[in-house]
Amino acid sequence: MKTDIKVALVGNPNTGKSTLFNALTGLNQKIGNFPGVTVDKKTGILELNDGRYAEVIDLPGTYSLYPKSRDESIVFSVLADKSNPLRPDLVVIILDASNLKRNLLLYTQVADLKIPVIVALNMMDLAKKSGITIDVNAFAQKLGVPVVPISARKMEGIDKLKEAISHANKIALQADTIDVEALAPQLIAQISDEMQVDNPYFALQLAHQHETLKFLSPAESDRIEELEHEHSFHSSKAQASETIARYSFINDLLYDTVHQKATAHEETLSNKIDKVLTHKTFGFIIFFAILLFIFQSIFAWSAYPMQLIADLFVWAEASLHKLLPPGPLTNLVADGILGGLSGVMVFIPQIAILFGFISILEDTGYMSRVTFMMDRIMRKVGLNGKSVVPLIGGFACAVPSIMATRNIENWKDRMITIMVTPLVTCSARLPVYTLLIALVVPNRNVWWIFNLQGLALTGMYIFSLISAVTVAFVMKQIIKARERGYFIMELPVYRMPRWKNVGHSMYERAKTFVLQAGKVIIAISVVLWVLKSYAPGDRFEHIDKKYEQPQYSGMNAEDKQLAISSEKLEDSYAGVLGHVIEPVIKPLGFDWKIGIALITSFVAREVFVGSMATIYSGNEEKIESVQQKMHDAKNPETGQPVFTVAVAFSLMMFYAFAMQCASTVAVVYRETKDWRWPATQFAYMTAMAYLASFITYHLLR
Amino acid sequence: MKLSQLEVGETGIVKEFTDLEMSVKLMEMGCLPGEQITVSRIAPLGDPIAIHVSGYQLSLRKREASTIILH
Repeated sequence: MKTDIKVALVGNPNTGKSTLFNALTGLNQKIGNFPGVTVDKKTGILELNDGRYAEVIDLPGTYSLYPKSRDESIVFSVLADKSNPLRPDLVVIILDASNLKRNLLLYTQVADLKIPVIVALNMMDLAKKSGITIDVNAFAQKLGVPVVPISARKMEGIDKLKEAISHANKIALQADTIDVEALAPQLIAQISDEMQVDNPYFALQLAHQHETLKFLSPAESDRIEELEHEHSFHSSKAQASETIARYSFINDLLYDTVHQKATAHEETLSNKIDKVLTHKTFGFIIFFAILLFIFQSIFAWSAYPMQLIADLFVWAEASLHKLLPPGPLTNLVADGILGGLSGVMVFIPQIAILFGFISILEDTGYMSRVTFMMDRIMRKVGLNGKSVVPLIGGFACAVPSIMATRNIENWKDRMITIMVTPLVTCSARLPVYTLLIALVVPNRNVWWIFNLQGLALTGMYIFSLISAVTVAFVMKQIIKARERGYFIMELPVYRMPRWKNVGHSMYERAKTFVLQAGKVIIAISVVLWVLKSYAPGDRFEHIDKKYEQPQYSGMNAEDKQLAISSEKLEDSYAGVLGHVIEPVIKPLGFDWKIGIALITSFVAREVFVGSMATIYSGNEEKIESVQQKMHDAKNPETGQPVFTVAVAFSLMMFYAFAMQCASTVAVVYRETKDWRWPATQFAYMTAMAYLASFITYHLLR
Repeated sequence: MKLSQLEVGETGIVKEFTDLEMSVKLMEMGCLPGEQITVSRIAPLGDPIAIHVSGYQLSLRKREASTIILH
């Protein structure tokens, strides 16, 4: 829709910026992409009191316009690039009233860009509680901009802020903060002159950031580099003196407008909580208890809504078949597309639950304590304290877990976490493992209590964690980070979670997944469905005719149906492909029938069990019958059993490593916004799977 | 004396920084020369540490803390 003005929300992290964004725009939000970074572009529509509409954009939280990460670099390029379609007419800068000094640093930088600014003074209640009194009028007068005290949590002052937005000036009226030109007089003058820049601070920022700014041409960037050498400009030194100058301006400002009552330094509640939550022993116990709880809920509790969704789709497919005339189009819609859609929707409970938890952990401030506690172990292997949650979540499902990596600010840590999370034994591998283990591992106890099958399964779980950590360590050496890794991080005060935000985040994440990753998942499922439902030429008709012959009339109806589906799958395009890849997978101990299962289970690993059932004419509902048939399966050439210990373990190794999951591929693309990441991941995982299977097969043979 | 040498509960005043690039980041986060820093806790595994500075809590690795020189 056409909006009248564009408003950008800017502020430090943990200042309630997202809460304010939600308060202003409600559910009227759209999540899109900024080019080149992984952070989402959140925009929303705000109806102003005078009937006009404003487009509000929520920019990533940052402490300064000098970016320390790619995500933060968005802020300056949106605010300053005149050709950027997102460039705002007005900036609403949100300041935490209880921590004005540090918050004002960003304000003074933004103000010096001379874009019209309104200040939203958040958390006034908190400031009051800690003995801070702010003379809002004097404050506004000194800055020369409207200042609106609000409480985003309590929805107070939002109307006043809306009013201020609708009355906002088109020209910037804020008072100057520091003498920008004095920082690098000749350089600023020359850049302003050559690049036709009218704002000295913008010129200075160009000098600092020209290497990473996309709106500069290479020639312009080179020219700035030349000028810097000419005037012996040192970026870090200039930044340091600028920051010191800004703080001295801020100190003067605060001296006149803010008074802090000298309170006896009593221990805060937050500190008391920290003493328990980051305690040497209790800290870890509590953290692992929370992890276990989260794991339990996405592993076990989500099973009920997931089953409900799956049943709903089975019912819908059956109803469609009854409603529509039989034919290829009906099959495509009812089985292909609806089947794919079911594969997308079934993830919603897990995504919603995991994001519910993560948003509570973030909102309360606990997540940064997790990072604080786990940093030392995790950074050794190239991960981040925050990688723990996605990795453990990976035991349930990689899809929501990879979406959860967006809490990791450091780009490299985040990429490594995304790359290794699918290695962790997810719940879709469980049916594959149980089927294969039951087939070849005897069901008996060793040392009285340990069941051999249980041990084998546990082994697979531990093995997956070890491989994830090892791969992370290797990737730490390979992936080059453009940014320097800092760990300087704020530990925010503990707060109660805002339930509205929690609900919001659950809804938004589920919606983004369905809309953005859903397309790819449906497309891949339809392709795989076509592969197994159609055959070259008239092969299927031959099979149908064959079973109409009198010698099959003695067969009972169910067995006949199973035999027909089995033969059809073997003759389908998937079967043809199975034959095609047989030479490649033979060294792993797999025949072309297993090849069919590998191909069809690319949509999701658990499909392997269903494919095995069909191929061996077993009934998937009665898993023992499938096992019996697989057990009896003989290689037609050698007459030896197909599923030996070597083959079964080789298969398990293959499933442990291979990226046999279309949804994960789709979600990695969605989170990295670059096809090279899922492609690399697919390649390395498949290569590792092949190697591991090959070694296992030849060792056990 | 370096910030990384303080024990839990001890306080110091920032004098200067030994790493220019890091100092910019630290100052942006409120660690300025003249500010009082108190070490509030050390992570259970010995690193990183949490400090109290200009009204809020920051966490940083020991290596990073060692670039802050105190009076």
